[in-house]
Amino acid sequence: MSRLSSASLLEVRGLTRRFGGLTAVAGIDLDLAEGEFVSIIGPNGAGKTTLFNLMTGLDDPDAGTVRFRGDDITRLPPERLAALGIARTFQHGRVFANLSVMDNVLVGAHVRFRTVRPTWPFPFSLLSPLAELALALIRPRSVAAEEKRMREEALKILSRFGERLLPRLDHPAYSLSYANRRRVEIGRALALGPRLLMLDEPTAGMNQTETAEMQGLIGDLKRSGLSILLIEHKLDMVMQLSDRVVVMDEGSVIANGKPNDVRNDPAVIEAYLGHRRSDAAEASPMPQEAVE
Amino acid sequence: MSSWFDYTLNGIIIGNIYALLAVGLALIFGVARLINFAHGSVYVVGAYAGFVAVTQFGTPLPLTILIAVAVGALLGLVIERFGLRPLQGYAHIAPLLATIGISFVLDQIMQLTFSPDPRALPSELLQQRFQVGSGTIGALDLLIAAIGLASAGLLYAFLRYTKLGWAVRATAQDRDAAQQMGVNVDAINRTVFAIASGLGALSGLLVGMYYNYIDPAMSFQATLKGVVAQVVGGVGNVPGAIAGSLLLGLVESYGIALFGTSYRNLFAFVLLVAVLVLKPNGLFASRRQTPPEPMTGTFIAPSKPIHIPYRILVALALVAALLPAVLPDPYVLQTLTNAWLYGLAGLSLTLIAGTVGLISLGHAALLAIGGYASALLSINLGVPIGLSILSAGLIAAAIGTLLVFPSFRLRGHYLSIATLAIGEIVSLVILNWESLTRGPIGISGIPPLSIFGIELDTDRSIYWFTLATLVVLAALQFRLLGSHLGRVLRAVRDDDIAARSYGIGLNRYKALAFAVGSFAAGISGGITSHLYSYINHETFNSQLSILALTIVILGGMGNVAGAILGSVLLVGLPEVFRIAAEYRVLIYGLVLLLLIRFRPQGLLGTV
Repeated sequence: MSRLSSASLLEVRGLTRRFGGLTAVAGIDLDLAEGEFVSIIGPNGAGKTTLFNLMTGLDDPDAGTVRFRGDDITRLPPERLAALGIARTFQHGRVFANLSVMDNVLVGAHVRFRTVRPTWPFPFSLLSPLAELALALIRPRSVAAEEKRMREEALKILSRFGERLLPRLDHPAYSLSYANRRRVEIGRALALGPRLLMLDEPTAGMNQTETAEMQGLIGDLKRSGLSILLIEHKLDMVMQLSDRVVVMDEGSVIANGKPNDVRNDPAVIEAYLGHRRSDAAEASPMPQEAVE
Repeated sequence: MSSWFDYTLNGIIIGNIYALLAVGLALIFGVARLINFAHGSVYVVGAYAGFVAVTQFGTPLPLTILIAVAVGALLGLVIERFGLRPLQGYAHIAPLLATIGISFVLDQIMQLTFSPDPRALPSELLQQRFQVGSGTIGALDLLIAAIGLASAGLLYAFLRYTKLGWAVRATAQDRDAAQQMGVNVDAINRTVFAIASGLGALSGLLVGMYYNYIDPAMSFQATLKGVVAQVVGGVGNVPGAIAGSLLLGLVESYGIALFGTSYRNLFAFVLLVAVLVLKPNGLFASRRQTPPEPMTGTFIAPSKPIHIPYRILVALALVAALLPAVLPDPYVLQTLTNAWLYGLAGLSLTLIAGTVGLISLGHAALLAIGGYASALLSINLGVPIGLSILSAGLIAAAIGTLLVFPSFRLRGHYLSIATLAIGEIVSLVILNWESLTRGPIGISGIPPLSIFGIELDTDRSIYWFTLATLVVLAALQFRLLGSHLGRVLRAVRDDDIAARSYGIGLNRYKALAFAVGSFAAGISGGITSHLYSYINHETFNSQLSILALTIVILGGMGNVAGAILGSVLLVGLPEVFRIAAEYRVLIYGLVLLLLIRFRPQGLLGTV
């Protein structure tokens, strides 16, 4: 860890994604230091979620690189990124609907199951699924112990949400309230034991009390030293939590700095309040019809 | 050289007929996002409508065509109204399964009405032939070509220049937007089903006249051909469907010229799987085109499964084991033995379709591989029976998984079609690989069941053997579902993107589930071959695949106890009520339809 302390944990350079004539992400640079909390804000359609998708392997960039702890991870499939310790939540929530709360969180811990998922070098790796099957069926003591340990950890994670989820451990996720599903998603992400946690609008659809509760939780995570990227529309929360705020508009970074500096940046105010009808034509990287 | 002219001509004619089917399928897919498996049944109904008109009433050709089209269109309306409209808002796979159920019901009704025997469909045009260059062309050929072109032209004009046609295209592009703009999408659905089914019925009539041969069993093949042509041309793409049909017709015709008739369908299905895996948007899709709606959403109705305590399951197994002592009626024992064997197939499919969400429509192929493996191992190599059955399971797991592996990247309907095609390919390879499988003759003299050299020659011993196999495999599957793998497989089913984002490699776990499931299917097929002592390429047919799927849905997807319960009910109840064999498939089709409509989570619930 110490050898990396000076370098960025995450280093995005020139990341670009075009959809037909629309450039959703236009050459973004982004850095995140170990233990840093960076929020990405911007109007709807600014390209924030597309950026997340590019960084987590769900979409391939047309240009640019992503480095994580010094290694190039551009275009790696999501399952590899998870194994490297990148966990994310989804904007609209993607819990496993038929799985119980507990099982959802345990799936989050999948990459940390080492005993039951032996990793062998090629060519033996071709047989590792069979070994995994055999271990799952026979369940030697070490495998059972691992499962038990993971369950205890999952319980600990779920208890972070107070009494919200603990009484519902066996309930299928589809039966939960919207807010509780978002909580399950965050619990699942924490179970991965992430080095980098990426939260995509974790408080969307939550009322004030629930938002405050979530903010408290995310604040705790920050204080525990976790590196966090947050996409969020609730600016109060962003300003209170962030070490640094990155503002995106129309696929580009228009501001990047300490919360207070960003708050007073004229470009940001304009992007949010929108005077751009008159003068955005030449500044805009997007074709006019896309702005309309 | 003249024969090449004939083969080309033949290919184009057949292609034209396929086009009538494929265009209808493409239209239906366009507005309803559904691959209509009942389309072949409409085609058969059209052929028989023409048959009745000609033979009973001596109608002239134009009137016969009109009658067939009208009957088809009417049937299309009925299917849409009663089979599919009630399923709006259900999982995407539900209407597809419903069309399978409808096709079973229609085909059986046709069989019961007209008997399964083939009929001749006379046509006065068949005899007339004209000399063209070095070959000849028949009047019927010309008529078919003309009808094909005319239908395509009319359809084009309809879609392009009429208000209703615009509405159809608008609905196909964006159903919700069309509805908000005041398009009555239900009416559009009706229109499209009527047009598509009219064309399908016309296609059936023309094929019947072309070959002077019709039988109710041609339904399934017709559906498959239409689906192949449509997928090759790009699902939902009307001009693509026509091009795909002509291509398919030519490929088949040249294939027959080069290799012989029995290879014909093999080409069609290999083409299908290749296009699905390599170019899932069809050969003619432009590169920029985004794939159609992913159509994920497995057939998983949210439900709390009925929990059956462990003790009760053990008690039930004990009761089953003691049954021969209490009730030594050979009829009961044979029926239940059958139920245990189907139960094995159900276990297998409930893991693959239910737990990991790969709705396989070609499951019988795995039983066929198992059946042939065990039979050939014991006959050719003298492998002891118990060992040969075990090997059959392993061979089915290996071959089945390898065959399906390239299709794991497909989702929803596409995967189901791929498994269907792979199932047909397996059956055709068995038919054609004569040096190994003895081809159409089948394998006879398969040694009877025995274990450790002890022959199982009583109903009772066979009953116990199959029951024990079922109990062991069911127990293993319970244990699998209770492990981390159960969780992982269900996560893959519920949301594959989220699963990947948490480190779950999809191919690895789909393959694992498929291999485990195929093992049980192979065992079931292996045991069956020794019980029957004779098998051929039709022993494990597509009806078995659908029966297995019905068993699984009846019990509850992914539900181990449900698969066994479903099997006992579907295999046992017709026996209890002494229902004649020809009505059984009809009943399976109806059960499937009713389940999808009224209890999609099955009797014991989705796990």
